[in-house]
Amino acid sequence: MPESFQLIISLLDSTIRIATPLIFCAMAGIFSERSGIIDIGLEGKMLLSAFVAATATFLTGSPILGLFAAILASCGASFIHGFACITNRGDQVISGLAINILASGLTITLGIALFSRGGQTPPLASEQRFMPIEFPFLDEMSYVPVLGDLFVEVISGHNILVYLSVLAVFFTYYVIFKTRFGLRLRAVGEKPEAVDTAGISVIKLRYQSILIAGMLCGLAGAYLSIAHGAGFGREMSAGKGYIALAAMIFGKWNPIPTLFACLLFGFLEALGVRLEGVELMWIGEVPVQVMQALPYVLTVVLLAGFIGKARAPGAIGVPYSKEG
Amino acid sequence: MKNIENKEGSETIESLPSSTKLAIELKNITKRFGHVVANSDVNLKVSTGTIHGIVGENGAGKSTLMNILFGLYKPDSGMIFLNGQAVDVNSPEKSIALGIGMVHQHFMLVPTFTVLENAMLGNEGSMFLQSGEEFVLDRLRGLSENYGLDVDFEAIISETPVGMQQRVEILKALNRGAKILILDEPTGVLTPQETIGLFDILRSLREQGVTIVLITHKLKEIMSITDTVSVMRGGKVVANFSTEKTSPEELAENMVGRKVLLSIKKPTLKVGNPVLEVKNVSHESKDGVNVLKDISFDLRQGEILGIAGVAGNGQSELLDILSGIETLQRGKITVNDKTILPYQDWNSKKAREFGVAHVPEDRHKRGLVLPFYNYENSILGYHRNEEYSSGFLMDKRKIFNFVDDLVENFDVRPRSSSISSSKLSGGNQQKLVLAREIESNPKILLVGQPTRGVDIGAIERIYEDLMKLKSKGTAILLVSVELDEIMSLSDRIIVMNQGSIVGETNSSDATELDLGKMMSGLEKV
Repeated sequence: MPESFQLIISLLDSTIRIATPLIFCAMAGIFSERSGIIDIGLEGKMLLSAFVAATATFLTGSPILGLFAAILASCGASFIHGFACITNRGDQVISGLAINILASGLTITLGIALFSRGGQTPPLASEQRFMPIEFPFLDEMSYVPVLGDLFVEVISGHNILVYLSVLAVFFTYYVIFKTRFGLRLRAVGEKPEAVDTAGISVIKLRYQSILIAGMLCGLAGAYLSIAHGAGFGREMSAGKGYIALAAMIFGKWNPIPTLFACLLFGFLEALGVRLEGVELMWIGEVPVQVMQALPYVLTVVLLAGFIGKARAPGAIGVPYSKEG
Repeated sequence: MKNIENKEGSETIESLPSSTKLAIELKNITKRFGHVVANSDVNLKVSTGTIHGIVGENGAGKSTLMNILFGLYKPDSGMIFLNGQAVDVNSPEKSIALGIGMVHQHFMLVPTFTVLENAMLGNEGSMFLQSGEEFVLDRLRGLSENYGLDVDFEAIISETPVGMQQRVEILKALNRGAKILILDEPTGVLTPQETIGLFDILRSLREQGVTIVLITHKLKEIMSITDTVSVMRGGKVVANFSTEKTSPEELAENMVGRKVLLSIKKPTLKVGNPVLEVKNVSHESKDGVNVLKDISFDLRQGEILGIAGVAGNGQSELLDILSGIETLQRGKITVNDKTILPYQDWNSKKAREFGVAHVPEDRHKRGLVLPFYNYENSILGYHRNEEYSSGFLMDKRKIFNFVDDLVENFDVRPRSSSISSSKLSGGNQQKLVLAREIESNPKILLVGQPTRGVDIGAIERIYEDLMKLKSKGTAILLVSVELDEIMSLSDRIIVMNQGSIVGETNSSDATELDLGKMMSGLEKV
């Protein structure tokens, strides 16, 4: 196998690993924002659930229980967001930011209080994590040129949550565009008055949407600490929630384009890691910060001129009230 | 006029045979928004399978009443009966289940959805859209053919004409099984042809037993389509008629009503030269509607010119253009010998420089920044004046000196410069706005709805202040939907209907009846 091909294969492999939490979070963002609720708090929910997943798994020894605890914690944060913005009609951006700050501080404080490891959770053993799944027929496939390598190295050998994230994309697409719930969800994000006068509760619908978003963020957090990683580290979400938001806008609040945006951003990050310290022709060594900034720069540049206007849901960010 | 007074609060609908079944009966409905009483002890009866009209001016409480029936608002007191049964309509969900459908004045459609998606919203037929759509589309096609509701199910709402959007709203209601259909000002956005089409649809709905409540302020429509009609004024139902036994004139009288006329001493003044000349001004709104059509008039020194008309007939747009809020599109305006041409640099700052002061129709939206303190609101728009500043800073001492005098002289209560204007009553807020504008010593004062939501004491004071200003030689343009206000204050009156001036008269020659007829577009003078 030529070396450059090997390089591409391993780049694609890490692209998928890096994109997984982005995909979960971006789908969460789609559910929330399509219903009219801005979700800046993706980052915080992911961080909180990463901590809860690692802690619960360490205490119970079961990653499944850890996963459920993570989803529960993330939904709790969603519920707080909903109580502030839907029930009490607060500012959605402020509430989301508050959740991010809360998660950042709370995870470190609780981590130190529980484990005295400077905010980290104790490392998890292999059986306490979601481990890579090897597909059958790997040996046979490895004889097939190109496709075989792709199958063996890129498609196979990820943990269950990676595959679940792909399912999450199709789940999101199907629910939003093919079900009655999705029709109402899109309607409430565009024109809540229309939903209200059609005899459907705006408040209930929006709570349902952000709770689904909470579940998806919980999966993202669990992926970070008990699948991809083996424990929680402080600030381990490292801005992924914001990148997911950028990917969602890049994908114009549509699940399939958003998936590709997540993969693109994942690929850029993988490339950045690979290029660290490497001398490039003409350019020289690229600072790692430049690569980290690329997704944001790309979003701004492409949105500004290349892919046309991204139209946000009509009623996004506006609290709903009946009597004026 | 006396017979009108007698009808106040009357509940009898003479035309109703006792055998007809009532679809809707509202008993003693009262609804307040804060201090404002929108509906006061309203009673209404509508029999099954008829078209019932509710007429009244803007703000008479028609929409509020229907929103209560539809479950969007909760009444403070009163009872609702449907088909003789007392019901508790506390949400649209409930009212829809009870067979009520409502087509709102502002359509409740999702602009990015297709016609089909909008029509099925709330009754999708299935959990899954694909099977649901097939099922609902069948039913909708049936309804569409049955009632002549012609729509293109594939079209995106934002790309369809308003007439079709309205038909989608009706379909949406019928899809939910509505047996009672409420239409709030349905013809406001329609062309005459579309209106005829709508009325055909309503007639065929009535034939098939649907009860229809039609809210409008257009008397012609009431006469042409309704069976019975109720007139609302000031949050009350003031009269009920059988349509064939009434006339537009009678309805107009009841709509406008009569209040105790305040005795106003009109200073008799020799009117001077024209200070404001409006020539052939036309205006097209953002939606492409011709809101002003070839308006021409002039206003002379020391004169009060009243513009009468039912709200929404172009008066607001006229005020906006004259005060520099809207750009002049066509025609010519001359203010104090300075000419303004279409698309010329004309704004409210310039208007003030030219000596035009403006008391806006909506004091909350345009007259005041509500959370600001009185001393801030009192110099709003004039804050650049040197007398309020030292250097580029505002001089609070000077401002307070001015405002303390202002609230004293104009009787703004409480007499405080440092209270938030939001804490003032409507009347005192209005006095503050008027005081500010009068204190700028304008050559021309534009006044919109000076006494809307203002108590009787404040009204008297506001009238006095206007008269004082007039005797100083200021020309005043008064826009009001209150006919008696126009009649008692103005020297001359012009009447607007659908963007045109339909009549002009001296106030000494004017009668309410004539003006009422002109306002409803029944008669050109």
